[in-house]
Parts: sequence; C-alpha cells; structure tokens
Amino acid sequence: MLHHPKQIQAVSQYPTRWKKPPFIRRAWLRYGMYLFISGYLVLGFTSVEINWTRVAEGIPRGWIFISAFFTPDFLSRSSDIWQGIKESLTMTLTSTIAGIALSIPIGVGAARNLAPAPIYLACRSIIAITRSFQEIIIAILFVAMVGFGPLAGFLTLTLATIGFLAKLLAEDIEDIDESQTEAIRSTGASWLQLINYAVQPQVMPRLIGLSMYRLDINFRESAVIGIVGAGGIGATLNTAIDRYEFDSAAAILLIIIAIVFISEYSSGFIRNRVQ
Amino acid sequence: MPVQHIGTKKVWQRRTHGDRFRIWALQLVLVVLFLLAWRLMNENTMWIFVQDAPRQAVDIGGRMLPPRWSYMERLWIPLWDTLNIATLGTLLALLPAVPIAFLAARNTTPSVRFIRPVALLVIVGSRSINSLIWALLLVAILGPGLLAGIIAIAFRSIGFIGKLLYEAIEEIDISQVEAITATGASPAQVLEFAIVPQVLPAFAGITVFRWDINIRESTVIGLVGAGGIGLELSHSLNTLAWPQVSLIFLVILGTVVISEWVSARARHAMI
Amino acid sequence: MLRVQALSKRYATGDQALGGVTLTIPAGQVVGLIGPSGAGKSTLIRCVNRLVEPSGGSIYLNDIDLTRLNHSQLRQARRRMAMIFQEFALVERLTVMENVLSGQLGYVSFWRSLLRQFPAAAVAKAFATLDRVGLADHIDKRADTLSGGQRQRVGIARALLQNPDLLLVDEPTASLDPKTSRQIMRLLTDVCAEQQLAAIINIHDVALARMFVQRIVGLRKGLVVFDGPPESLDATALTMIYGAEDWTGTIQETECQPDPYVQLDPMTQSPLVPA
Repeated sequence: MLHHPKQIQAVSQYPTRWKKPPFIRRAWLRYGMYLFISGYLVLGFTSVEINWTRVAEGIPRGWIFISAFFTPDFLSRSSDIWQGIKESLTMTLTSTIAGIALSIPIGVGAARNLAPAPIYLACRSIIAITRSFQEIIIAILFVAMVGFGPLAGFLTLTLATIGFLAKLLAEDIEDIDESQTEAIRSTGASWLQLINYAVQPQVMPRLIGLSMYRLDINFRESAVIGIVGAGGIGATLNTAIDRYEFDSAAAILLIIIAIVFISEYSSGFIRNRVQ
Repeated sequence: MPVQHIGTKKVWQRRTHGDRFRIWALQLVLVVLFLLAWRLMNENTMWIFVQDAPRQAVDIGGRMLPPRWSYMERLWIPLWDTLNIATLGTLLALLPAVPIAFLAARNTTPSVRFIRPVALLVIVGSRSINSLIWALLLVAILGPGLLAGIIAIAFRSIGFIGKLLYEAIEEIDISQVEAITATGASPAQVLEFAIVPQVLPAFAGITVFRWDINIRESTVIGLVGAGGIGLELSHSLNTLAWPQVSLIFLVILGTVVISEWVSARARHAMI
Repeated sequence: MLRVQALSKRYATGDQALGGVTLTIPAGQVVGLIGPSGAGKSTLIRCVNRLVEPSGGSIYLNDIDLTRLNHSQLRQARRRMAMIFQEFALVERLTVMENVLSGQLGYVSFWRSLLRQFPAAAVAKAFATLDRVGLADHIDKRADTLSGGQRQRVGIARALLQNPDLLLVDEPTASLDPKTSRQIMRLLTDVCAEQQLAAIINIHDVALARMFVQRIVGLRKGLVVFDGPPESLDATALTMIYGAEDWTGTIQETECQPDPYVQLDPMTQSPLVPA
C-alpha cells in the first residue's frame, strides 16, 4: 500500500512505532482509576438482586402495556382524566405566574452587584433552600400541611420556580455589561432607575425565555406530584397503573406527551421571537 | 416611532400608544388567566385545612425534631442502592442514547426524512415522561426493586443525553470533517477521527451532568417501590415516623450536595 | 497530471460559481490561482476532490475521470490529492501526530485507525515529515496548543502523508502574519519541488503569489481570464482579473522587495529549487 515512488528520503532512521500519550499522565492515578472503576462496577452489578421469575412474569405484561399504546382508552376514565388535566394545567399556570412574580425581587436581591450584603445573603439562602429538595419531597410536606389537592401542588411548583428562576436571574444580572450600569449610574440615577434603565433591558429577553422554559418544566412536574397527593394528572395515572389499567395509563401518557410537545414547540417559538 | 407630533410639539415616549396598549393588555390577560385558573384549581380545596396549615407546619416540625439518629444504620444499604440506581442507570442509558444522538443529528443521520424523525420521537417520548412515572410503570411491569429503578432512570436519561448530544453533534466544526473526508477516509473513519474527538468533551460533560440529576431522582423513585432510600422514606411516611423522615431528608440533602461537588470536580477535570 | 475540462458549477441557490473552466496542470507544476472573492477559486479546488459536486464538465487526474467515480473509487482517488486549508482544519483535540497520521486514513482499515495501529512505514514517514516541516519537538502536543504557523505546518505534513500527486491548497496564508505567510509558502513550494508534486494554490495576496509560484491563473466570475508566468502579470492583467485599480504598488512590491530568504531565478523570478 505504501509502495509509492515519492517518499521523503532516509525514512528508515525514524521510529516505526508511536503511542498516543495517555489521558491521565500519572501512571499510579491512571491504574488507580481503572481499579476503582472496575471494582465499583463489580460490586454495583452484584448488589442488584434480580428476581428472574418476577421479570419473566413481567415481560408479557410489558407487551400488554406497549400494545396498549396502540389502543389507548380515553373514555372509561374520562372524567378522572379531565379532572386531572384541568388540575395540572391550572396548577402549572398559576404556579408559574406566581413563581415569576416572586422570583424577580428575590433574583434582584440575590445579585451581588446590585444588592447590599444582608439582602444578598437572605435572598441567596432562600434560593439555596428551595433548590435543595426534589419537588416531590416538598410536595409531601405541603400535602401534610394544607391537605390533598392542587393547592399543595401549586405551592410546591411556585417554590420550585423560585429556586430555578431567581437563581438564573441573579446569575444573569451578575453577568450584565458593567459599562452600561456605570453609564446610567454616572447620570445620578436612583437605584430603581438603575434597574429600569440599565438592568431590565439587558436581562428581559432571557427572563422571558427562562419563564417559558419553566412553564414546560412545571407542567411535567405537575404530572408527577399527584403521586403523593398534590393534585394533577399524576394521581389518575397512579391509580390506572396500580389497577393494571394499561390502556387508560397509555391514554394519559399520550396526553402528557402531546401537551409537553405542544408547549415545548410553542415556547421555542416565543423564545425565538423574543430573542 | 417613539417621537410623536402633538400639535406643533414633538413628544418623545419610550413606546408608541399601540405598544403600550399591547403590553398593558398582555398583563391584564395574565392576571385574568391567573384568577380564572386559581378559581378552577381551588374548586375542591378545603380552606379549613388550609387555615390550619401554620399550626400543622409547627406540629410536623416539632415531631420531626430531633431526627432519630440511630435509624442511620438502617440507611446505609438503601443509600448504596440509590448510588447504584443512578450510576448504573446512567451507564445503561448511554448504550442506546449515543447511537440515537448520531441518528438524530442532521449532519450524521443516514436519512433526514425517515430515520431522523424516528430518533427525535424516541428522544421526545423519553424526555416527556418523568423518571418517577417511568418507575411507576416499571414497578407494575417488573415488580418492585432496584432493577425497575435502574431501568426507569435509564429510560428518562436516554432522551436527555440524546437531545444534548445531538445538539452538540450538529454544532461541530465542518472544516475538520471536510479535511478528514478529503484524505480519502471512509465515513466510519470520518466519524472516529473528525466527529468523535469534537463531541467527546460535550459527551463527558452531559453524562456527568445527567448522573448528578439522576442521583437526585433516584433518592425519590423509591416512593413508588423502585428501590433506594426513597423506599425507606415511603415506609417512614406511611407509619408517620417523622423523626425518621427528617433524618432521611438530611441524608438526601447530604447526598445531593456531595454528588454536586463530585460532578463539578469531574467536569472540571475533563474539560 | 491534472486536466480540467469545461468544468461548471451552479449551486442550489442558483449562483453560477464556475462557468466552464478548462485548465491543464502538468506533474510537478505549482500554480497560483488568484481572483476576487466569489470568483470561484475555492469552488474550483473543491470540485477537484469533489467536496463540492461539479454540475458539468470533467476532471482527469492521471487519466481517471474523477467526476464519474462512485463512492469507494472516489475515496481511493482522494488519497492522491491532498488538501490544505485556510483555517488549517486540524482536528483540534487530537495530538499533532494523530493529525499527521490521519493523512493515511485512506490506506488503513477502520479498526487499525481506531486503535491507532498505523503501519510501521507510515509512522516512520510521519516522524520524518514532522521533522521536515520543523515540528519534531511538538509531536505529542494537542493541535489546539499550536500557533497558526505551526498548525499550517501540521496541515502540510498531513497532506504529505497521503503520498499525493497533487496538492489542493485553499488560501494557506490568509490566517497568518506576513512573515509566517512567507515561511509557509516557501515550505509548500519547497516540498513540491522536492517531491515533484503539482499544486494549485488559491491565494489572495498577489505579491506573495508572484514571489513563489511558477504559473498564475486568474479567475473572474467563474472563468479563466489570465494564464501565464508571474512576470507577465502586469497592470492590464490585474485589471482584467480584479477590475480597475492603481496596481503599481502591487507590482513594485514584488520587484523591489524580493523575499530575502529565497534565491529567485533571474530569468523566471520563481524561487530556485535547492539541489
């Protein structure tokens, strides 16, 4: 293959082997990593106890479920499904709006370049607390406090929205172009004028984009927190699956996928128009 | 036109009347929507319970404290299971997610018209369904346990990893691909020499990012019977053992903080 | 030997990039292709190795019609014509050595290239070539750690590893400073002379082209409007290629400031080939 008349002369004096330098250069670290990873994998896999007879029983049930997607049953549980969807949608909408309204002051307060130290610390701790737990755990606590139903879901999702939006908003504000703030500050503007003239125009498009994105996420989450009693379609789905009513479950899942698809598509559309 | 003529005077305004009206109308629509949705949502809300909420909160808080520390010895194994669900689930997801991403990326898919839409459909389907719902289904199908949890985490991760990875593939530098193509390399060689090296850092970052999310998710999927520490949480909640619940919350918090730190370090080391 | 006959290219957008180009380049000749932006220079060389599919005409390399080859024949033919790019087009995250060895991809199987098991002769040639282009000390560095001039040297080494008959060079110096540009042009013309390679070099810098190549082809709106030795490229010819402008500076520059490192042949003004 290489027998071609034109070659650089005296090639023979050069080495004929070359090895790519390893990604981790220190040998002990490299072999240590290999050992650690393979050791973990062996331990991890062996600690998964699989009940094969139960799995074997499950396979036909899995087929039933998959085929249920081709014969979804929207009717026999239609009132439950309708109630669940209604709760999910209203919960999503109200919690997103309330979450945005609360996120803006908290986000501004959590921006190091705008807020005085005590306010900064207070807002940052609010964000840290709201972010540290899964929505489902927060939902459990709210259900215990206000009882079953979508109000608990609303509170959960509002809190989750704050943790998401206020954090990203604060980071955005911290990243804004300092020269614009300085220019407005040098005109003798007040703090509120500074926010209005220098900060708002810079962060507004992204805030709208993030809010649309959060609307998506809130709908998806609203389908889940019903499992612990916080309202929404999740409770209906949970019941359907518990009773092995796979065609109703398939119908609910198809509705969820469709709504997620529509909202993702339209929020992408709005995001593109804003930016 | 922000400058308008009123009589002979020029008046500057930030927005025209039409724009101001539209913004005002949008705000009004949002408020009305909020109120309507609020009424619809709370048709069945028992406000007596809600009024009672602060007292309930204090009550539960009181019961939760102090956490039952001795319960910790029964949490180590569920915690190890949680780690396994997240890690093995992430690894399992990589097997289908990587090829799906290449099939979904416009510049590597064999057929834009037929195969790409199918790959995108798999990604959307996997992404729209939360891991907890996947877990719910798989527990019904395979029975409770770790296996259902691992597969649930994997199913949800396929869409996440697939989507971010195919976006990374679509953003690669074409000139490197052209250069390798021009050497007479086969399509498979173009893939391994020009495309894979470019997406490898994104791939590592995405995987670690998803692993971090999966640690969080695998702490709760036990609530529906899919193994891990969520299973203990479920037992403790059902028996109203609040001091155990509070300990589990602390353990989950600690796990999440550690996994966030590990993933940040890992991403830093790889990029 | 390369023979281009009535080559035309119309893009899907409707732009006629080439309107019937006929050109013959004998073995070992270095041709500078000049012309205004959008004249079709880049399209022409990309049609030769069919990174761009020509719309009409034919291209013969060593009497094989490149336009009629199927995929696998085209891959074999591509090994014989190596391309060098303006932005270097190195695989940035691979080492210098891997980039150079990638010139051999057309000769080795997928598995050998995946495991980086290139034939001994190829590895020796890669070492020799890296030595020739002056990068013997950078073999294990990642390509993105190199300077522009060094990256272009890697690009040249990669091209040479293909054992080509023809180099297709697209604006090799457009991303480099004047001194590095001259060094790269000198290296290119030197290796062509050493290995009897033909080359088509797209180049914006007329003065640089006059300094280094044996023949200049001027392209305007997809047609050849000038073809001759560098010294016959006078103000009239430049006006024909680029349109009316005061060209005295461009012509004087090459005549008054010959590259101090290259001995020019007094008759042809082309660089003397080291014996």
